[in-house]
Amino acid sequence: MRLLTHNMLSSNIKGVTQGFPLQIEVTKSITKQVDFNPDFIKNMLVKVEWKALVEAARAMGYGELPETVEVGMVEDEDFLRKFHHALLEIHLEEGFLVCPQTGRKFPVCKGIPNMLLNEDEV
Amino acid sequence: MWYLCVFFHRLLDYRRPEVEALADLFAAFEDCPLEWKLPQNYHFDSPFHFVNLPSEDVARNVAHRSILIKGIYELWGEGSSFEELEEAIKTYPVDRKLPYLVSESTFKINFDSFGKGFSSEEKNDRIHRLSFIPFEGRVSLRDPENIFWLMEADDYGSNNGLPPITEKRIFFGREIGCADRKLLPTYQLKSRTYLGPTAMDAEMAFLMANQAQAKSGKLVYDPFVGTGSILVAAAHYGAMTMGADIDIRVVRDGHGPDCNVWSNFKQYGLPMPISLLRADNNLPPWRAGLKEIFDAIICDPPYGVRAGGRKSGGRKLLKGVVDPYTVPDNLRTGHIPSTASYSLVECVHDLLDLAARMLVMDGRLVYFYPKVRDDDSIISKFPEHPCFKLVAVSEQILSSRYSRVLLTMIKIRPYTEDIAEEARIKHLEFKINHLKWLEDGNLHSAVFNPVNQGDDTYVKDPKKKYRGKYV
Repeated sequence: MRLLTHNMLSSNIKGVTQGFPLQIEVTKSITKQVDFNPDFIKNMLVKVEWKALVEAARAMGYGELPETVEVGMVEDEDFLRKFHHALLEIHLEEGFLVCPQTGRKFPVCKGIPNMLLNEDEV
Repeated sequence: MWYLCVFFHRLLDYRRPEVEALADLFAAFEDCPLEWKLPQNYHFDSPFHFVNLPSEDVARNVAHRSILIKGIYELWGEGSSFEELEEAIKTYPVDRKLPYLVSESTFKINFDSFGKGFSSEEKNDRIHRLSFIPFEGRVSLRDPENIFWLMEADDYGSNNGLPPITEKRIFFGREIGCADRKLLPTYQLKSRTYLGPTAMDAEMAFLMANQAQAKSGKLVYDPFVGTGSILVAAAHYGAMTMGADIDIRVVRDGHGPDCNVWSNFKQYGLPMPISLLRADNNLPPWRAGLKEIFDAIICDPPYGVRAGGRKSGGRKLLKGVVDPYTVPDNLRTGHIPSTASYSLVECVHDLLDLAARMLVMDGRLVYFYPKVRDDDSIISKFPEHPCFKLVAVSEQILSSRYSRVLLTMIKIRPYTEDIAEEARIKHLEFKINHLKWLEDGNLHSAVFNPVNQGDDTYVKDPKKKYRGKYV
């Protein structure tokens, strides 16, 4: 699971109002190189929740992202490459995503998060 | 400029929409639909069409990217007899012809026919009759710069009990481009390592990716990803892909380490999906405020004929057999939640709501919708949504009783609070009336239940349609 996915997911258990961002518990993480596509990356910059991405990257052991983003940074290639690395190249292979409100753990196995809810959670 | 567009004689309903989607991809039309014409007295389902495209470059790009275009040609002349054709070629403007006839160029002339077979003598004879054209270049059969085509169509009698779709007519033109059908043997399902029972046929998957205008830099999502057969086609065109499925076995395990959804991408050297996740389309786990992120959503929803849809919530619970229950804490790890049937109506409602929220403006939703063919209604009703405009409807007949229709919808209005609220109410309604919807929307019985033989009103093939040889 890449951090782009993490940035899109929230715990949707019935009654939970603060299901985002999910906390990350790492058992195994890997990095895989992905071709840099500036158009896609710039496009994603306005879509992500920045704070959640910074925290998630930190949980995965990557602390190079700035705390805030400003408009001018879209043209900064060095920044875009860091953003690209955090968003697409870091993978959570095994671990858990933890609901911030209830503490329910969603397992991530072989890189695939299991977001399905139990019968009593829907 | 008008071009002659000759199609393969298959998937008849899919041919014009493919050209329209690709023309829009390469030329970005401002709301004006593509103009089409037919040769005189030709039926819509014949392979010969005329299309008005903005430039030769657009025509070439469209042809190369397409799956169903046999060729796009600059037409130099046509006629119902060879004399008429000769006259037409002679009167075609010299300045259009000259650049392709000069002495430095190389060329070749191909012959093709529709509705009638020709021996090689007859073909050669016909090509030699073109000697009135002042070709000064050298013939090169292996690697010509310019390829010319002489195409003869003839009425070949009735088709499926319907009148002929062509009559005798000869066309001559210069080839601009043609489809790269070599893709299909490369991606054919029998060479794919990981297959499910409803993996999408490669040709159809490419047609869907073309309808969705998949290309580099775009993000494409499939909420019913299964073995990833649709996303493979989107990834081939350079799109970033993302998929979800409710069945964890399908997305996570596959059949071993080198036989799963990831390996299907690796096999063709395609970039891996951005993400695969196990999620329920009925209760998608997207964070609040996340919207307009996908450029296209392509899917083949489970409509209960070959595979039924599932949603979370508990089989017995929704049927009302047991009281609401809690999973004991010591059994939570590794608990496999039971799932309930997901009716087609609800599934499509959820899909449209998801697409309305998650697609960018002008984003495309491409999906299959089943159609019962012995239904009396002439006008088929397809799902509607205030955010979407339906732009293409292509039917593929699967049996005498049902067919599937590929729908392409474009997002034309933003997703508003009101629409979200309406969808939420509808969602609850589905949950309350779970059983009723399952009965109403059961397509399986309409397709598979034996027909009452004594019933005279039943006609085997109620609406006759032209069908290509292999469809």
